[in-house]
Amino acid sequence: MDGGFDVIVVGGGHAGCEAAAAAARMGARTALITQRFATVGAMSCNPSIGGLGKGHLVREIDALDGLMGRVADAAGIQFRVLNRRKGPAVRGPRAQADRKLYAAAMQQAIRQSPNLTVLEGEVDDLLIDGRAPGVRLADGREFGAGAVVLTTGTFLRGLIHIGERQIPAGRVGEAPAIGLSSTLERAGFPLGRLKTGTPPRLDGTTIDWLALEMQPGDDPPKPFSVLTERITNRQIQCGITRTTPATHDIIRANVHRSPMYSGQIKSRGPRYCPSIEDKIVRFGERDGHQIFLEPEGLDDTTVYPNGISTSLPEEVQAALVDSIPGLEHARIIRPGYAIEYDHVDPRELTPSLETKRKAGLFLAGQINGTTGYEEAAAQGLVAGLNAAARAGGGTPIVFDRAEGYLGVMIDDLVTRGVSEPYRMFTSRAEYRLTLRADNADQRLTGRGIALGCVGPQRARRHRSKLGALETARIMARSLTLTPSEAAQHGLSLRKDGQRRTAFELLSYPDIGVVDLVRIWPRFGELDCRIAEQLEIDAKYDVYLSRQAADVESYRRDESLVLPDDIDYAALPGLSNEVRHKLQVHRPRTIGHAGRIDGVTPAALTLLVAHMRRQQRKPSRGAA
Amino acid sequence: MPVPPRPTIFALSSGRPPAAIAVVRMSGPRAGSALEKLTGRVPKPRQATLVRVRDPAAGDVIDEALALWFPAPHSETGEDVAELQLHGGHAVVAAVLDALGTIEGCRLAEPGEFTRRAFENGRLDLTAVEGLADLIAAETPAQRRQAFRQLKGLIGDRAEAWRRQLIEALALVEARIDFSDEADVPEDLIRPALHAAQQLRDEIAAVLADGRRGERLRDGLVVAIAGPPNAGKSTLLNRLARREAAIVSPYAGTTRDVIEVHLDLDGYQVTLLDTAGIRESDNPVEQEGVRRARERSAAADLVLWVIDASAAGGAANGCAEGLLNSEIWLVKNKIDLMDQRPRINAEKRRRDEYKFISSISATTGEGTEFLVTALAAYAKDYFAATESAVITRARHRRALEDTVAALSRALAIDRSGREELIAEELRSAATTLGRLTGRVDVEDILDVIFRDFCIGK
Repeated sequence: MDGGFDVIVVGGGHAGCEAAAAAARMGARTALITQRFATVGAMSCNPSIGGLGKGHLVREIDALDGLMGRVADAAGIQFRVLNRRKGPAVRGPRAQADRKLYAAAMQQAIRQSPNLTVLEGEVDDLLIDGRAPGVRLADGREFGAGAVVLTTGTFLRGLIHIGERQIPAGRVGEAPAIGLSSTLERAGFPLGRLKTGTPPRLDGTTIDWLALEMQPGDDPPKPFSVLTERITNRQIQCGITRTTPATHDIIRANVHRSPMYSGQIKSRGPRYCPSIEDKIVRFGERDGHQIFLEPEGLDDTTVYPNGISTSLPEEVQAALVDSIPGLEHARIIRPGYAIEYDHVDPRELTPSLETKRKAGLFLAGQINGTTGYEEAAAQGLVAGLNAAARAGGGTPIVFDRAEGYLGVMIDDLVTRGVSEPYRMFTSRAEYRLTLRADNADQRLTGRGIALGCVGPQRARRHRSKLGALETARIMARSLTLTPSEAAQHGLSLRKDGQRRTAFELLSYPDIGVVDLVRIWPRFGELDCRIAEQLEIDAKYDVYLSRQAADVESYRRDESLVLPDDIDYAALPGLSNEVRHKLQVHRPRTIGHAGRIDGVTPAALTLLVAHMRRQQRKPSRGAA
Repeated sequence: MPVPPRPTIFALSSGRPPAAIAVVRMSGPRAGSALEKLTGRVPKPRQATLVRVRDPAAGDVIDEALALWFPAPHSETGEDVAELQLHGGHAVVAAVLDALGTIEGCRLAEPGEFTRRAFENGRLDLTAVEGLADLIAAETPAQRRQAFRQLKGLIGDRAEAWRRQLIEALALVEARIDFSDEADVPEDLIRPALHAAQQLRDEIAAVLADGRRGERLRDGLVVAIAGPPNAGKSTLLNRLARREAAIVSPYAGTTRDVIEVHLDLDGYQVTLLDTAGIRESDNPVEQEGVRRARERSAAADLVLWVIDASAAGGAANGCAEGLLNSEIWLVKNKIDLMDQRPRINAEKRRRDEYKFISSISATTGEGTEFLVTALAAYAKDYFAATESAVITRARHRRALEDTVAALSRALAIDRSGREELIAEELRSAATTLGRLTGRVDVEDILDVIFRDFCIGK
């Protein structure tokens, strides 16, 4: 067995790439094993990155020097900030990517990563019976390592459905992974089955673009990565059309042939990403459903019709596409389909994404029951950092709910499990006003530098930005004026004789840095990114200090970690009800225990006391 | 980011009122200033000082009391601690707790919270903490039932409706935030959301303004007497209450409503409920009585399931099935009418499910003393584990006040484009209201969004 690697990453999708690159950045000798290097960086579904909630994840990946943001900037052909007219906390950067440019940029990033070796091969089995984990390839080669990260996407017993047809596959034209599922099952992992789907792809040359409403991107386009100065690709527009009553009639007449409705598929699909047949069955009263026609590349005529994911038979897909304005003569290049795949119950994982059953085995991406490139990539990053830490004898690297969306997502997964493919929403983040896309670097890059996963270029930039920001904050808090002085500059304040700082002025809804420049011209010298940041901080100031108090009490409870082997049955004083709930949920921390319905504050105190006593025992023995 | 100080907590740290003396203790950074707000001064450390306690808002004198001041770290919790020894009536305690609750940064302590702070500050050893164990072992179901009854006294059946209203409002706002790029989510959802929030705020405010009349400030163990018709339930009630509260007649189905009797059992407040005989009936009046009987029994702490031990066979005696209460005692009545032959009846099979079984004659009084002793022992454990109604009430009111405040802040953000701030305040309202009505989870909100809107491109 070849043991030359610290970390082995299985799978070259969004989770696998980030995992491998992160482990390599940490200095681990890393191998990325994928069936074909040419498929690395493939976007199997929609050709876009980011969006609401997801855009936050991309910014956080970038803050930790991950790849997705930079690669999306290199491949982006339309950038839009969603919720642009709403508050900064809920704005979501999104970009449509040229599929080929994306794959090329990702492959280049992987090739350029020091410490990272790509191995082409099919992983046939996982070697997890020994002390250190490893993998066996179909050609018989075996590799052992300090840690293995499994990112199988939809490949675990993947089964594609198109109408009545079923094709075992992980993606169109790629074989599924069958052996791995059995190995995981044998090791005792509870597997579940989920479903997702994708729309047919259209030939853009057969679409009547002139008949369609067109949607441009933002000008200028705003990049994801703080390292990207500007976007250089030509930018494109997307088309918008709608389904018609004729479309709905076609679907209704054929819905019994959709595997979702014929009973052929029993697993659960995401409610927020329904197939077009789902939409018609559940919301049939609507006269039409919007469809975005998204070009898949600058020199690629393929178009992704966002909004008509379907697994109806091919001829029905053709008929329903024909019934849509602008698509009357559109040719389908590849039919849409539904795919079912296995996933592991993520409650099997620790917050470092390591499995509780097998030390050194990490899981990331759709195998954990999530959906989406960004969710996968963020998990990949965390799994990669932790695989490197595990292989190097370090301690687990955990991000909490107050640090970032990646912490929110992982905590949700490992404490609550999934009942449908998990997608990030901003509403899942209780500290939403604190965790913004605009301050991802301020939240995470410092930590990344300390961990050793941030390169020197980003670290340098980060330090200089923080310095500039601090200078601006000090300036804004030290410059003051009275209401009558403000009135001379055309700002009306309450006439209470109180001096207010520039920062306090900025907290008023209708006062911006632009207004401050008129009073104190020095504000005009601020870099526009710094000025924007200052203004956002001031506008949210009241809320941020309230959340800071909440975060402090959350962290106090999260810092009290309950031992894995705690025997609640033997713990005196708990009521039967509380004991039962603790046994079922096996909370990791006092904070987690407190979030379980029915666990009372007094019971928590008892748990804290028990923990302290356990901690004292060994030290007494040693003394 | 400046982090506000840890909240100052306060609690009634003596037994439940009414009592000769009630001790209210405060711990935390604002304990001193809270004491000063109430009494006008902070006394010398560790010296009992006679003070007048006033309502800080109205200025009315609430009570004369002894005040004590223990600055950190030389105090029970290791934080600043202040103590008021008051006259221990309901009204005085309630007024002081209310007054403290209005002081910023102060809140009612959770059960066990003083102990936990003391423990965290290294001021307490483990044996003291384990004293909590006795409290916890019994607390959950009993406390939940009691809190539920108190809540019902305050807000009636509205808890679940309010929770739903708030979830619906939040769903509208969150849909505009998380799914604004979806064509099927309408533009203007904020106005209907704020409309719903305003309605909710007004309803809750009305309940709070309703004075304290609607609230039944009665601590107590609720014991339901239930069982098949003519088993002698009313006779037992009368025997226990020693007065004719229920009309007792030898004909089945006499008691058609729920009769409530309050009695003092070894100093503990006990409410006895006599419920209509539970049986199938075509008489609509009796059906209603049976429905009420089931409902009241379900909310009781203890059910005495009374059967006629002299009746032939178990069939006529029915069984306690359908009652989900965890604490059910079997009372075999009419032993005076029983012949001496041992009887194997259907109830025998269920023996294990009863926590206690007694044989009595409600008519002659035989065996009832033993039953009373058992009830008193049960009451003692019950009261050790539950919170005084005064505290529960203060907790509930505070939660409702906080909810109203958060809803008002949401309504004050009347600017388009600030959906995230409105959502933040509505979430804060959901957190405080959730303490009464059950937690509002993000999944509850997402469920409504996916139900009402066609999401998904």
